[in-house]
Amino acid sequence: MRRKIWSKCALAVCALAISAAAHAASPSAEMLSNACAGCHGTKGTSAGPSMPSLAGQSKVFFIDAMKKFKSGERNATVMGRLAKGYTDDQIVAMADYFAKQKPQGQNTAVDPALAAKGKAIYDGACKRCHLENGKEFEDDTPVVAGQWLKYLQIQIDDFTSGKRKMSEKKTEKVKSLSRDDWEAVAHFYASQK
Amino acid sequence: MTMERRNFLKLLGAGAATATVGLSGCASLSAGGGGRKVVVVGGGYGGTIAAKYIRMMDPSIEVTLIERNDHFISCPFSNLYLGGLLPDLSSLTIKYDKLAANYGIKVVQAEVTGIDAAGHTVTTSKGVFNYDRLVVSPGIEFRTDEIKGYNEEIMPHAWKAGPQTMLLRKQLEAMQPGGTVVLSIPLAPFRCPPGPYERTNMIAMYLKEHKPGSKIIVLDANPDIVSKKGLFLKGWKKHYEGIVDYRPAKKVTEVDNGKMTVLVEGIEEIKGDVINVIPPQKAGQIAHSAGLVGPDKKWCPINPTTFESTLQKDIHVIGDSSIAGAMPKSGYSANSEAKACAANIVAVMNGRGITDMSGVNTCYSFVSAKEAVSVTGVYQVNKEKNVIEAVAGSVGVSPDLSELEAVYAQSWIKNILTEMSS
Repeated sequence: MRRKIWSKCALAVCALAISAAAHAASPSAEMLSNACAGCHGTKGTSAGPSMPSLAGQSKVFFIDAMKKFKSGERNATVMGRLAKGYTDDQIVAMADYFAKQKPQGQNTAVDPALAAKGKAIYDGACKRCHLENGKEFEDDTPVVAGQWLKYLQIQIDDFTSGKRKMSEKKTEKVKSLSRDDWEAVAHFYASQK
Repeated sequence: MTMERRNFLKLLGAGAATATVGLSGCASLSAGGGGRKVVVVGGGYGGTIAAKYIRMMDPSIEVTLIERNDHFISCPFSNLYLGGLLPDLSSLTIKYDKLAANYGIKVVQAEVTGIDAAGHTVTTSKGVFNYDRLVVSPGIEFRTDEIKGYNEEIMPHAWKAGPQTMLLRKQLEAMQPGGTVVLSIPLAPFRCPPGPYERTNMIAMYLKEHKPGSKIIVLDANPDIVSKKGLFLKGWKKHYEGIVDYRPAKKVTEVDNGKMTVLVEGIEEIKGDVINVIPPQKAGQIAHSAGLVGPDKKWCPINPTTFESTLQKDIHVIGDSSIAGAMPKSGYSANSEAKACAANIVAVMNGRGITDMSGVNTCYSFVSAKEAVSVTGVYQVNKEKNVIEAVAGSVGVSPDLSELEAVYAQSWIKNILTEMSS
């Protein structure tokens, strides 16, 4: 009888142990965010030219982007599916984590003449929202300075083809820009360290 | 019965204060112990990341990475080399010097010959290493005994990137126009579920461009295409009509290297000019000798939160060798698993509680030179069932063949290899 009790107890303890997950804390912001690095680079600094860096990104923008991916409002390939894997709280935790990371910058090749042209266009049309040459953010604008050129060009394609919706303010501001103007601004942003 | 339950509850109550220690006896993570040494075996998608993230999260932990080669060549993207989209394997090759320098990881190029779980030692061709915790990420080994006559020098598997991949490419180049390539796919689970079908695409693309009149016969041991079925079928119809001859439920059991034939279920004989046999698979050899492989004699059972072996205390198994529930055997999975494992090793070594794992998988497959498709998933532990499951809604494939996904795929490989090597 006694032995029977003991073996039952031992079994029960083992069952508890193997289901260690039951005792684990919810995934930390770091745990959630580390999983993004396979595509977005360690601590959110991307080494791939079409993949945006997330390090130092605006928290508000990150949350907004993930929610739009999740709802399908923002055009996407894999992000529309992956964003559905996270709760709103988890998205906030990741936004917070990446906002705190220091962007390392990338060596994206730009055309200096186009970047200079882009600077002039930026001063006229963009700088009220994309502050400090795109390094700072306001409300839901992203940090665009120092992003890969290829990534910025893909976003321009999405904006100009209507696949990615623009705010009313942005629509108004970019009305007079040609595709070449957009391209020049992309070179300017990408040239910013 | 009532007695037993009451006694049991009493016992539990008495043990509550030491619950953590008590639990450790049954293959969950044991608490601290003061040890600060981690050894990682295997320098691929899993091992490099486990070593790096442990050092990143706690530089006071000593980490030694043991790998038999002085470099690693990625299996993901090696099909592009077979198709002629990459001139060589150099862009898929990483070295360990930057990773070692940036994170203070001791990298030892040596062959692991034994693991003593009780004694906490790893024996290698360059001496014995002690550990407090061991991470084993050995990739796969082939069950060649299930294919009579198998010889990888004649019918390469090319399922570990490197010389095998180059051999298969050479054979394709040497083949006469109008020739037949045979590709044999093993029963799942195997490394990289969409990989054989991507390979079909890449070989078919090469044949279409360079070997007119040739075809590829795909003998799949599985009853159907294992991954991204609709998209692969679409790609074959769009680009490789008359070149790809896909045949499900055709398990190759024997080969004749002289006649250049394979035998399906020992009966149906199929001849090829180039034969790529991907044998069925199991956990890397060292996992078997270390007693980490479960009753299926193939793969390693683990605690899904910490990736600690359920068979050997203080040894963690990540990557293709592990039984990671719904996570596919992919490079991205190994990367994610390594991070969850690293975080929990660091937590326990510092006397902190463990954290739920959260993992991601994204696998791109090329369909043509300019189009790719993907499958994605976000993963977490189902606490009731104690297995890794996909988060509802996060698993899905591309709606169509996509040029943009081919562009993203190129950045994926760049990012993940950079993450592993620096």
